[in-house]
This record gives sequence, C-alpha cells and structure tokens, in this order.
Amino acid sequence: MNPREIIESVRIAMAALRTHKVRAALTTLGILIGVTTVIGLVSLVQGLNQSFAGQVASLGSNVLYVEKYPWFAGEDWYKYRNRKNITLEQADRLAGMLTTAETAAPVVYTRRMIKFGDARAEAILIRGTTPEYQDVADVFTASGRFFSAVDNHRHNQVCILGQAVVDAIFPDADPLYQRVYIGSYRFLVIGIKEKKGNLLGFNQDEDVIIPIRTFEKFFGSHRSVEIMVEAADAGNLDETKEEARWAMRIIRRNRPGEPDDFSINQQDMLTDMYQKVTGTIYLVMIGIGAVSLIVGGIGIMNIMLVSVTERTREIGIRKALGARRRNILWQFLVEAVTLSCFGGLLGILIGFGLGKLIAAVSPLPASVSLWSVFLGLGFSSTVGIFFGLYPAAKAARLNPIEALHYE
Amino acid sequence: MDTLIDLKDITKIYQVGTVEVPALRGITLSIEFNEYVSIMGQSGSGKSTLMNILGCLDTPTEGTYLFKDREIGGLDDNALADIRNREIGFVFQTFNLLPRATALHNVELPLIYNGTPAKERRQAAREALESVGLADRAQHRPNELSGGQRQRVAIARALVNKPSVILADEPTGNLDSKTGEEIMDIFEEIHRGGNTIILVTHEEYIAHHTQRSIRLLDGRVAVDELRRDDNVAREASRESPSPAS
Repeated sequence: MNPREIIESVRIAMAALRTHKVRAALTTLGILIGVTTVIGLVSLVQGLNQSFAGQVASLGSNVLYVEKYPWFAGEDWYKYRNRKNITLEQADRLAGMLTTAETAAPVVYTRRMIKFGDARAEAILIRGTTPEYQDVADVFTASGRFFSAVDNHRHNQVCILGQAVVDAIFPDADPLYQRVYIGSYRFLVIGIKEKKGNLLGFNQDEDVIIPIRTFEKFFGSHRSVEIMVEAADAGNLDETKEEARWAMRIIRRNRPGEPDDFSINQQDMLTDMYQKVTGTIYLVMIGIGAVSLIVGGIGIMNIMLVSVTERTREIGIRKALGARRRNILWQFLVEAVTLSCFGGLLGILIGFGLGKLIAAVSPLPASVSLWSVFLGLGFSSTVGIFFGLYPAAKAARLNPIEALHYE
Repeated sequence: MDTLIDLKDITKIYQVGTVEVPALRGITLSIEFNEYVSIMGQSGSGKSTLMNILGCLDTPTEGTYLFKDREIGGLDDNALADIRNREIGFVFQTFNLLPRATALHNVELPLIYNGTPAKERRQAAREALESVGLADRAQHRPNELSGGQRQRVAIARALVNKPSVILADEPTGNLDSKTGEEIMDIFEEIHRGGNTIILVTHEEYIAHHTQRSIRLLDGRVAVDELRRDDNVAREASRESPSPAS
C-alpha cells in the first residue's frame, strides 16, 4: 500500500462521509462522549495532582518525622497504641546522636482558645518546639523575632502568632509585644509568622508557636513528641533514616529481634497514599471511558455495516474496474477511523473546555496535558480500527459479480 | 502474437445447494487483436457467464483461458483485479456509474487503482470524455445526464486505461434505438482506432455492427461466423479465425 493509495482512500472516505453528514455526526456522538469524559476527568485529576504535588513539596522532601504512630496506620492503629510516648529527653538524645542530619526539632501539639481583650479564637493549634524548628520546617517570622534557646530553657511565656490568628484577634491593633491569653496563661507576642498558605485544605497560618519547655510546663508533658529531622543530604535521605532508626532503637532500648516501637514517616508516604487514591479514580475513569468508547465503537460498526450494504453495487463497480481487496478494505477502514477520530477530536476540545469551565466555577483545579490529547486520539482511532475492520473486511471480500448485480 | 484471447474447453459449473448447474459446457474459441465480436444467445445460454470469465470477474471450473498468452485460471483475486484494471474496459447495460461522483471522477476511477498521479489522471479522464463528445459534461453527475450520455461516460471510463479489450454487456439494452445507434457508432470508431471489442447482446441489429458473431446455445458455441457486409474489405486483409462447430 503506497502513500498515494492511502490518500485516495482518505479522499473517497471523506466524500462518502460528506454525503451523509447527519448520519456521520450521530454516529460519532458515542465516541465524542467517551473521549469528552476521559479528557475532562483526566484534566481534573491532573490539576489535583499538580496542586497536591506543589503542596506536598512544601513539607520538604528531606525531612523525616520520628513519631509514635505511622501515618496511615489504617486498621492497624491499635497495634501502636501501647507504644510508649516519645519524650522531649529522647528527642534531645536523638538530636545529639545523629551525624547525617542537618538539624532536628521536637514538636508537640495541642489546641487552645486564644484571647486578646474581647476578641477570641477557639481551638487554635498550639505548637511547642525549639528554635531549630525554623530551619526544619522553613518557618520564619515576618516581623518581630522567633524565640531563642534561652526563652525555651527558661520556660518564657512568649509566642509567635500565625497570620490567621492575628487577623482573628487583632483586627486593628498591632499584635507585637501585646499580651494574649493562650488557654488561661498569658503570653507575650514576640513575632508574627510568615504566611504559609494551605496544605491539603489545612490552613497553616492558623497556629501559635511557643517554646516546647514552656508548652510542657503549662499544658503538660504527657503528649508524645514528634521529632522532625532534616537530612543534610536530601539525596541520601535513606541513610539518615537508617541512622535515626538505629539511634531511636538504642534510645528506646528496643532489643534485637524486637520491632521498632516508634515510626519514621516521610513525605513520600503522603504521595504514595495520594497516588493510591487517584489510581482508583483513574481506574474508574478508564472504566467509564472504555464503556462509552465501546458503545460508540458498536455504533460505528453498525453504521459501517449499513454503509457497506448500501454501497454493495459501488464496491462491485470499483472491483470490476480493478480495485484490489485492500483498496476496498482501506476505503471503509479509513471511513470508520475518520468517523471515530472526528469524534475523538471534538471530544478532546469539549473535554478541555469542560475541565476549564469546572476549574473556573469551582475550587477544583484543572490542567490539560499533551499526553491526554494523544490518549484521546489514540483511543478513538483504535476504536475506529477495531470496530471498522469487520465491516471493511466484509466489503473487501464481496464477490464482484454478485456485488455488481446487487439491487 | 496475434491472439488476444484463447479459450480451450472452458466449463463453468455452479453449485446450487447440492445440485450442479452447468452454465458453460466446453467453450473453445479465440479472439484476435482488433477483432469486433458479438456474443449472442438467449437468456440461460451462458453468455453472461462467458462474459464474466472473459472479463476476469470469474474463473472457469475447467479449461484454460489464455489472455495475451497468460494463463488466467490459477490467478488470485489481486492478480485478476490488476488484469481487469489494465487490460479490460467494461461497459454495462445499466451503466454502473457511481451516482454521487461527477462524470470526470467516474472516468478517473480505473486510474485511481493503478496509482496514476491525480494530475495525469484528470488529464487522461478529460481526454477520454472528449473522445466520446462529453467534454462539457465533465462536472455533471450521472443523474444530470441522459441515458446515452451516461453510457458515453461509461465508455470513456472503459477507454481511459487504454485496455486491450472492451467488454460491453448489452450496452444499448437500456437505451432507445436512436441513442443505441449513436453508442454503436462510438464503438465503431473505437474499433477503427485499433481496439478489440467484445459485445454481448441478444439483438440482431446490434450484432450486425460487428465483424464476427458467436452464438451460444446451452453453454456451447452453436455458430461462429464472420459477417460479410460492410466489413468485407477489412475482413479480407485479416486472417480469418477457424469457425468452431
């Protein structure tokens, strides 16, 4: 089959389609809907992915979280319930033992009411930590200062406010060096945190940071400490993880053969979890798309069979004039593929439009990638070939004499 | 090589259910280059079957068919299609034009299947239409043409590939007698131009235009005679074929 013959097949197919415009449009509708579904959903999921990846990156890919519980323990959570809490003292020992870590910071959390004058904000996240937290978590002050090691050592009642907390309780006044109530204790505001934005729907600016020793003095030391460890070499996170693990086993007196009684979490786990969830979405999406593409393909096959019967005489004429089987095969195959690709192209355009529209009117992001265009086109042409082959082969096999005398 | 077509003991048997129906029962005949032959016979005499075999649309059950000294019997579909395309020009009773295509495109069709570039194709099709006097109807569709004009388009299509033989199956069957005469004049001209023409008909006056008449009866050649009328002069200069019994 040389290129010229293929071009002729395309010409003949196009002419045939032009004579049945409405029929062609209706036939291609099934493919159009299938591809629209796939492209629309892909662009939404892609948008979510990108937004998620951006947010997760802000956690820092080189940070380990040494904690009592693993993330996503799922149904196994009870197995970890009897683990002993990680203490501040253990956190200090770990920081001292690590050689491949840039820095480490212990963190504990609680929620308390914050009050300034009559203004109050309920259930604000209170984070107790050390000055190292700044480097580990990339949290810095926009104005004022972070607390120092001395503040921590002396249990000073100082705090750094997140921007959302400032907005809630200091609508007009300058918060710096004011005294606010955290629960029932008075703290001096010494700094305002830089805005961090949302992480997975959680407002990172709605928090208050205080020294961890102050935290334990006023709010109790019964909470398990989370130790954030920043690896010196981001490319060698696993080495730091192993080191932290063996240090923790020593600190926590885990005997050989005994499992760890702590967990080391990292950003990857979030990504993995996310991919599991979106993987399911993808599967569902492919299922829906496949079903409508198959339905569309059957529509194409049906119409092509009708078309072959209608044009039996034309096939006979073409064969009498010297058309080989493959000429006829190509003519009808190209017609089927053109039908389905036309639907595919329209589906891609509409799918994109739909994605953009949803992105514009809802908080869901949408992103369109080149591969999904090829996916749509690939799918639709495959459907065209698959469902067009049988009618085309039927046409190609026709006996020229019978076809010529077909009424 | 003077012999264009050489048939030896051609039989064709159709299988209808479990019954074998013989359509041709041993046809032996040869047709020279530039002969103008009519094949006559009543319906059921096997002339359509013979026509299909001569036109390489069908293959015989038994016997040998040499076309330009080439055996047709064992050829596959594609090889037969190539021979139809290059060597044979068909003219049908019902014209068999593509209804949605213009006259020009209809004439182009055979050239599409031998890979002639579009430009040359259009040129050749125009010339063929001109030769049948339809140059001004190139962009008309068959339903915008009269029966005679349609048949002339079909003749142009048969000529466009410069085939070795024109096979015409009742070419005047769907035309009134005046138009039929016009079509016969065109065939006359084509023959004078050096072409071989085989004409299937059951009308005596149409057969009168030809030089040689073959009559079929029950799948056999009953009469094979040369006509001695206005073609005598040309006949004399030509080696006469041996009449079969």
